[in-house]
Amino acid sequence: MAERQQGTERVPTVIVDDLHIVYRVHGAGSGKGSATAALSRIVQRKTSPNVREVHAVRGVSFVAYRGEAVGLIGSNGSGKSTMLRAIAGLLPPERGRVYTDGQPSLLGVNAALMNDLTGERNVILGGLAMGMSNSEIREKCQDIVDFSGINEKGDFISLPMRTYSSGMAARLRFSIAAAKQHDVLMIDEALATGDRAFQRRSEARIRQLRAEAGTVFLVSHNNKSIRDTCDRVLWLEKGELWMDGPTEEVLEAYEEHTGGK
Amino acid sequence: MTVDLAPPPVVVTAPLREPDPARLAAAHGLSASGVRPPLPEYVRQLWARRHFVVAYATSRLTAMYATAKLGQAWQVMTPLLNAGVYYLVFGLLLGTSHGIAHYIPYLCTGVFVFNFTQSSALSGTRAISDNLGLIRVLHFPRACLPIAVTLIQLQQLLFSMGVLGAIVLACGVPLTAHWLLAVPALLLQCVFNAGMALALARIGAKVTDVAQLLPFLLRTWMYFCGIFYDLRVFTAHAPHWVAAVLEANPGLVYLALTRYALIDTVTARSLPAHVWPLALGWAVVMGVGGFVFFWKAEEQYGRG
Repeated sequence: MAERQQGTERVPTVIVDDLHIVYRVHGAGSGKGSATAALSRIVQRKTSPNVREVHAVRGVSFVAYRGEAVGLIGSNGSGKSTMLRAIAGLLPPERGRVYTDGQPSLLGVNAALMNDLTGERNVILGGLAMGMSNSEIREKCQDIVDFSGINEKGDFISLPMRTYSSGMAARLRFSIAAAKQHDVLMIDEALATGDRAFQRRSEARIRQLRAEAGTVFLVSHNNKSIRDTCDRVLWLEKGELWMDGPTEEVLEAYEEHTGGK
Repeated sequence: MTVDLAPPPVVVTAPLREPDPARLAAAHGLSASGVRPPLPEYVRQLWARRHFVVAYATSRLTAMYATAKLGQAWQVMTPLLNAGVYYLVFGLLLGTSHGIAHYIPYLCTGVFVFNFTQSSALSGTRAISDNLGLIRVLHFPRACLPIAVTLIQLQQLLFSMGVLGAIVLACGVPLTAHWLLAVPALLLQCVFNAGMALALARIGAKVTDVAQLLPFLLRTWMYFCGIFYDLRVFTAHAPHWVAAVLEANPGLVYLALTRYALIDTVTARSLPAHVWPLALGWAVVMGVGGFVFFWKAEEQYGRG
């Protein structure tokens, strides 16, 4: 992999060094802990038997470079989303380090914005939270709404977000996150939800973000959208990095492993 | 798609392990992700998001009564009803008003001002857990949330203060320049509340049981703040240190100052000793202490 793209000097944007992530899940034990037992545990400063540790990412290392679009594949529960959240700095690593250029942004489908507020309010709040200035977000607000296509079927942007369908909400979220120039953008299954027209628009936007010298990570179970957007693929399984290479090579091995396309 | 997790396939490219990732990162100016920024940098980031804090507080406030038929009228009705209930119980049924001139303004000031502290504490505890969705997607200094929560309560307090002004005037208390003293008193209280919301937000994010326990603690505190009665009636026969501790408690300090500012029959003699230094001290200690305490766990919020 280091032999690829020789010539121009490659600038790393994300360095992941022996990353381990451990979740501690409360209330996962037998579920019948009595109050007195809990009290004595607190007094003796023991950890509760109801706390279970889940080792979600085990020693992953890689380097991503500027202008790369990296796909992440693997079966459900293989640690893809967890790793993205660690790269974004939203989950502290148990061991190892993640170095990034600027502040990476993670864009996921399940990410709720504020459901009781209108779409427009969400656009403004999302922009401000990403660090845009007041005037900047007001200027871009209309573009974001147009890109999301929320208003194509009437004035939906002034309705609370809880009235949106899941596809509409995902489109709006993607549009908000994509409005900012990101050095590192991570997309977690976002393209799967939109309709065909929106998918085409967002793929174009991802290409544009890459052209503006960013790095894009894409998690997807749709091998076609990985082929369309990515030039490098990481295959995670059980929290370990099984393969790291050019898209075609890794996808072929993955498809063979999972038993056909 | 059944996945048979057999032995790993041949790894085409060995995972690239840089000989020295830290040096490579430093050479290209990359910074470690998910690491708590130093305090001055954190304050700078927070200041850069001030528009977010204000916009968040305003949107939440407008959404709060959006589903109620009477809408924003509840902003004014809630404090009024609160005061009405307490007047019924403590003024009419129990008759604790003895010896207090202008009992209704006295009571309403107490209820509204303490309610500011109480609701800041309660919503501060839930500031992190209620916004996990936001925290897990967007990167911003988490202190924005408890501060925004305090700001929401401050906006509600301002509505209450409007109502209070009307009540106080209707009860025949004159409007004087003395009322302006309420501004520094409430500002100091606001700093105190923000610090408390920050501290409780960290505790509430870690120990979820606090949200269950806190209402009881707050109610106990409320009865020690002399909202419905003059606390002196009870402390007159208590040991000196008990009276001193009760008079120095921040709940009472801010309340006494606001009463002193608004009601002409509450004189400087009835205030706790050293009341202004106490108000300032509590605000600084709680404000700075709460902020630092919250910042210490910045990278932990939203985990799990």
